[in-house]
Amino acid sequence: MRVIRRIAKRLVRLALVLLCVALVSFGLMMVSPIDPVDAYLGPQMAQVSPEQRALIAQRWGFDEPAVVQFGHWLRQLVSGDLGWSHVYNQPVSEVIAQRFQRSVMLLGSAWLLSALLGFSLGVVAGAKEGTKLDKAISTYAFITASTPAFWLAILAVLLFSVTLGWTPTCCAGPVGVLNQDVTLVTRLHHLLLPVATLALLGIANITLHTRARMLELMRSDIATHAFAQGASRIDVAWRHGLRHASLPAITLAFASLGELFGGSILIEHVFAYPGLGQATVAAGLRSDVPLLLGIALFTALFVSLGNMLADTLYGVIDPRIKVEGT
Amino acid sequence: MLTIDHLTLQLPYYAHGHASWWKRRWATCLDDLTLQISAGEVHAVVGASGAGKSLLAYAIMGLLPPAARLSGQLNYQEKPLDAVRQRQLRGRELALIPQSLSALDPLVRTHRQVTWAAQRAGQPSTGARHAAQRALDHYQLDTQAQQAYAHELSGGMARRVLTAMAHVSQAQLVIADEPTVGLDPHQRQRVLDALRGLADQGKTVILITHDLRHALPVADRVTIMRDGKQVETALACAFQDDGTSLNHGYSQALWLALPDNAFTTATISKDKQGVSVA
Repeated sequence: MRVIRRIAKRLVRLALVLLCVALVSFGLMMVSPIDPVDAYLGPQMAQVSPEQRALIAQRWGFDEPAVVQFGHWLRQLVSGDLGWSHVYNQPVSEVIAQRFQRSVMLLGSAWLLSALLGFSLGVVAGAKEGTKLDKAISTYAFITASTPAFWLAILAVLLFSVTLGWTPTCCAGPVGVLNQDVTLVTRLHHLLLPVATLALLGIANITLHTRARMLELMRSDIATHAFAQGASRIDVAWRHGLRHASLPAITLAFASLGELFGGSILIEHVFAYPGLGQATVAAGLRSDVPLLLGIALFTALFVSLGNMLADTLYGVIDPRIKVEGT
Repeated sequence: MLTIDHLTLQLPYYAHGHASWWKRRWATCLDDLTLQISAGEVHAVVGASGAGKSLLAYAIMGLLPPAARLSGQLNYQEKPLDAVRQRQLRGRELALIPQSLSALDPLVRTHRQVTWAAQRAGQPSTGARHAAQRALDHYQLDTQAQQAYAHELSGGMARRVLTAMAHVSQAQLVIADEPTVGLDPHQRQRVLDALRGLADQGKTVILITHDLRHALPVADRVTIMRDGKQVETALACAFQDDGTSLNHGYSQALWLALPDNAFTTATISKDKQGVSVA
């Protein structure tokens, strides 16, 4: 009974968060200076008469007041329909599903890599404080933490794609080949460089936080007591350090779970990777409200889920955090 | 067993709000300490907070911060006790019962922590589990306490867990740093009796405490410390009557300040380096 109440409480809270996100995104789109009809027409704007414009506006429902438009969207959402994207001329759910598949491959593997590598590097650096290894890892983390993603991506394309020719320069598959004809190997080949770039940068944050927590532990009463029992530094790092250092790593990793859905706009742009990030930009620039709201909703959902997961994992690792009834 | 020869310990600090705040200064925390501790005795080190008692324990264990400046000589069983030997002997021959309850890892169950202590003392994993079980039973920690996390234990239970962790090491020299803080008289007596029991088995116990009253019943000898200096080392039986068998005014004052003795002598004899305590 208590479990059911707890889950229900969380679901209601989640629904409220999603509603707020939708409201704010919708409000922002309404005050945006981009006219959806102009954006829809593009360069043919000049050839269209005011009557035809009015017809288009009526067809998409742009002539109705904002509140009514939002009401429409909300009613559709409740019946499970996310609406129609006029940029892609497809149902929003289909656009998101397609793009998400590609984004999740790119960002999911980068996320996993940076979380695992970042955590291990942080633990090692913290346990071996002051050694050459620690200095090398810290220097690397500090440099990459302050490197802009798009800049590193451009350099990577220049070096590996243009000069060396090891990887393709763009896209999720070869140009001119239908999506379903692309083999897995080709897909992975196209993923290689963007994933490497993202992971290389993502590692820094987790490494620095893990290392800081590790240093704190190695100087704590816990570590001194373990040393007094005859433990080596490796022993302390392995038995006590891993547990303590995993707490900040979990927070960071799961807080960035939302990025998995939101897409990495800059990276996708540099590599011309047709993921969700690009769809978001297109939706914003061309005033595709249903698509933008759909993406905002799912991003918020992922962030909430990520935080919930982090909370749960926190409770598993740190018994002091388990609170009854929340 | 353990001889401490002209031990001096300095720790760096930076004077806050001083004109030359960037300059590193050295605080002398232990000042020319010379002690001989023999096997089978309970040697109490008594002093006020900040007298350097805990630092003495850390110096013997080799757990001082890297910046510490140490001079003098430590000998354990007739051989110099240097950093390498300290590392070898920690957990096996030398054991420390730490003062702070935060020495327990809050993320690990009690029983597992004690098992780790046994493993670190060189026992194989199954043997370590049994040894931990025995030690925990010995200190009357029931199954619930053994499966508990540190924050779920009372202060007294946590203290007994720390004692149990030192117990599993089978160490020859046990340094107990304020082991009776936060315990009721009954439990305090149990801990002190346990330490006395170790000494009676031929092991050596250094009992660090600020309370002379708790040290005297179990200690063989007592070293009084003040501001990092050794004031006096005396047999426990010297603390009696009006304290005239003590050489130093500070020791006398400590003795006379005990509630039972407060009114036995009105003044402290001034002829023996008279130090009055407020």
